[in-house]
Amino acid sequence: MTTLATDRLRAPSRPVPPASIVPLRGLPVVAAAIAFVVVAIGGNWLWALDFAHVVGGALWTSLDLFVGLVVGPFVLARLSPPARLEFSVRFMPAMALIMPTLVTMTLGAGFQLARHTGYLDASSPKHAWIVASFFLVGVMAVIAIGVIEPANLAVIFELRKPEPDGELIGRLMRRFVYTSGITGLMQVGTLIVMTKLAS
Amino acid sequence: MNADERRLPPVIEAGCLGLVLAIAGVIYLASHVPGHPSLAPAIGLLAASAATVLANALTLARVRPFAWRAFWRVWRWAMLAYAVIAGVLVYTFVYDRIPAGTLSLLVATLVVFAVDIPVMLAFSVARYQPLQAD
Repeated sequence: MTTLATDRLRAPSRPVPPASIVPLRGLPVVAAAIAFVVVAIGGNWLWALDFAHVVGGALWTSLDLFVGLVVGPFVLARLSPPARLEFSVRFMPAMALIMPTLVTMTLGAGFQLARHTGYLDASSPKHAWIVASFFLVGVMAVIAIGVIEPANLAVIFELRKPEPDGELIGRLMRRFVYTSGITGLMQVGTLIVMTKLAS
Repeated sequence: MNADERRLPPVIEAGCLGLVLAIAGVIYLASHVPGHPSLAPAIGLLAASAATVLANALTLARVRPFAWRAFWRVWRWAMLAYAVIAGVLVYTFVYDRIPAGTLSLLVATLVVFAVDIPVMLAFSVARYQPLQAD
């Protein structure tokens, strides 16, 4: 009896995916973040726009760099396949909620800040830096929508199958992690542009 | 046949091309706000993007067999998430009193995105789902 119980505890079990595709408990936080940006825009609330842009941008950049340059090569690559699966089950649904929210916050507030500060005006001496940031964001948007999010969603749905394809999950996770690293490095370009604008 | 091994049309690649064309038009317009730039380059880019996205959707619609149930399930939720993001963008554009011509083009671009992005996300999930599911 005791042996049976111990065997059950030791038996490798497949991680149970959460009941919902994205963590539902996070939705009120997302709604609050979006509402904050909308109110900041509507109220011409400069501090709040600055806050939303800086916080959203900092988290977006940090997450991209951390996932692409630390989690991918130093954590995920060294985990056993079951541990990698367990990690993915928790990590990918959260990322599906966090990243679009951060991007919406950063871009919505950033556009308004550029308008308020006058950098959006073509006659501004710093206008070229704003256009450079549009270009960087455009490239990152194509990578995010064309590579990162599809890989993220495909992993989430694969993990919910009765028999997930570990090889497919591994391939998609690598694509997710390494393209996050590429956008992270592009974010360094964004940081250069932003510090040029602020100085 | 395994869903993963089939040859499928390049939906993601064509979707990305549509995105690049539309985003190029948005960058052109946004870099001239609040001025009145010539709309011709943006109209050309948007038309090329719309044609690419439409051709992509029509090509995908002819794929049989395909996990269409999974496709529409993801498409619905992707469209809802997209509508929230697009809503914030339209609110910003209207609030900023962007000139009517530019505003119309930006909203038309968001409509093209509304076709393109949910299709790409839904396809990326449905392509790996078992074919016998539908």
